[in-house]
Amino acid sequence: MKLARLRDTDRPPLHLELEGRAIAAMEGDTLLTALLAGGAGHLRESEFGDGARAGFCLMGACQDCWVSVEGLGRVRACATLAKDGMKVRRG
Amino acid sequence: MKVAVVGAGPAGVRAVEALLAAGIRPVWIDEAMDGGGRIYQRPPTGMRRDARTLYGFEAARATALHAALDAAKPRADWRPETLAWNIRPGRQQLHTLSAGTHGVVEYDAAILCTGAMDRVVPVKGWTLPGVTTMGGAQIALKSQGCGIGQRVAFLGSGPLLWLVAYQYAKAGAQVAAVLDTTPFAAKAAAAPGMLRGPATFAKGLYYIGWLRAHGVRIAEGVTPLAIEGEGSVSGIRWRDAKGAEHHADCDAVGIGWGLKPEAQLADLAGVPFNFDALQHNWVPRRDAAGRTPVGGIYLAGDGSGIGGAEVAELAGARAALALLEDAGRKVETAALDRRLEKLARFRSALEKAFPFPAHLAAGLPDDAIFCRCENLTVGELRATTAGPQIPAPEVNRAKAISRAGMGRCQGRVCGAAAAEILAARLGCGVAEVGRLRGQAPVKPIPLTAPPLVTTP
Repeated sequence: MKLARLRDTDRPPLHLELEGRAIAAMEGDTLLTALLAGGAGHLRESEFGDGARAGFCLMGACQDCWVSVEGLGRVRACATLAKDGMKVRRG
Repeated sequence: MKVAVVGAGPAGVRAVEALLAAGIRPVWIDEAMDGGGRIYQRPPTGMRRDARTLYGFEAARATALHAALDAAKPRADWRPETLAWNIRPGRQQLHTLSAGTHGVVEYDAAILCTGAMDRVVPVKGWTLPGVTTMGGAQIALKSQGCGIGQRVAFLGSGPLLWLVAYQYAKAGAQVAAVLDTTPFAAKAAAAPGMLRGPATFAKGLYYIGWLRAHGVRIAEGVTPLAIEGEGSVSGIRWRDAKGAEHHADCDAVGIGWGLKPEAQLADLAGVPFNFDALQHNWVPRRDAAGRTPVGGIYLAGDGSGIGGAEVAELAGARAALALLEDAGRKVETAALDRRLEKLARFRSALEKAFPFPAHLAAGLPDDAIFCRCENLTVGELRATTAGPQIPAPEVNRAKAISRAGMGRCQGRVCGAAAAEILAARLGCGVAEVGRLRGQAPVKPIPLTAPPLVTTP
């Protein structure tokens, strides 16, 4: 899944790291936006063996977008703002 | 008097405003970073689009609500990014979690304005990355300036289907198709009732007309067959009203069939629920003013039955007045009551125009996943009606057997469809299979959060 940046595309850049890979994002991005617009493709693997997941409701209800952030623990990617230098793991 | 308000969407803002006007300073909790609710969600700082671009026809309403929100924040005990994860009506306490720390909020009265989320019907392939709810697709654009893909199909029914498709097209996304599961005839039959409504009907026609005029592929009365792709979405397949199969290439799909109340706190507070046949939703019991059978608990906004943002603003103010009235204050409510009554009539026409497609859920193949949390199939749910031991006569027994609704979303996403699947299997009405009972915590919380801090 690749989010398409359509509006407000002139924001200051942020740099994150997803499992060692550099992710270019923008100030004001949620982690979900940062990762899925930055080429991560997905956010986690289903624990029940049915493949990759990338969030669903984007409003903190479905619990399908959990990722781990160094120093923060597990967070919902849709409800957490991306910060410069964040180190993220899927799931 | 200690008053707590949960939620800072249209209902919560107007409730707090009315309380402040009466000299009461409530504790005001919202899980999001800022108020406005989902409908008037403000983008994080750094975004530059104006209200007109963000909220379209609703710009004036959004701007007015944000002004009220900002004026109320410093006067109330405003606590953003705070999850109310439990309510104990006996002790009159809300349990909260904020920045990893637990808290307890004590109240004499609480107004719960907990909002709604999309009501979805599973479709084969709906767990693929690239599929979001209709509301999610809208939030991505409104709050983040992003489309859920480059070439997006929208599937569902209701006003949001057309609005979101329009917003995407206007923002420069390719709209691959707008697939409405409601036949045109159902909408046409309900049109006279909708004309009574505010400008909602005209706006809906505007979006549909605009999409047609811009050559967007539109199909009505469709039956979704599958969202396709390996690892992510590559297309969608459906059957038209005459039985012919169609396909559209796309890299994302937004799905949704109206909204359902997020009423978990009302449930934990002990408020009984009724099945609203017109909305096709379980809604917590309340009177027109927002009073519930549980003393001290008031409800307003979509969390107390779907009414939309305009109704939510009025209902929020009305619930606060009911609370004040019950506390012995003199209040004037006649004008507010008249406006609420008028809007309720419009709402019933809207519900008739976009009936919940129970048949789509009931007709899902056995191998379709209906529970995203735990990868449960429709076949596994149907099998619960055969046991083991006590076969499931209703959803909570089905939950015990199959784990339907036991995943981390607690049945928010699958609950509506699960009830239809079960009812169809049992050959009874959907109201007869009941509803999944709520459990605390209403959302996942860490097991290792620091100890409780009591705040008055």
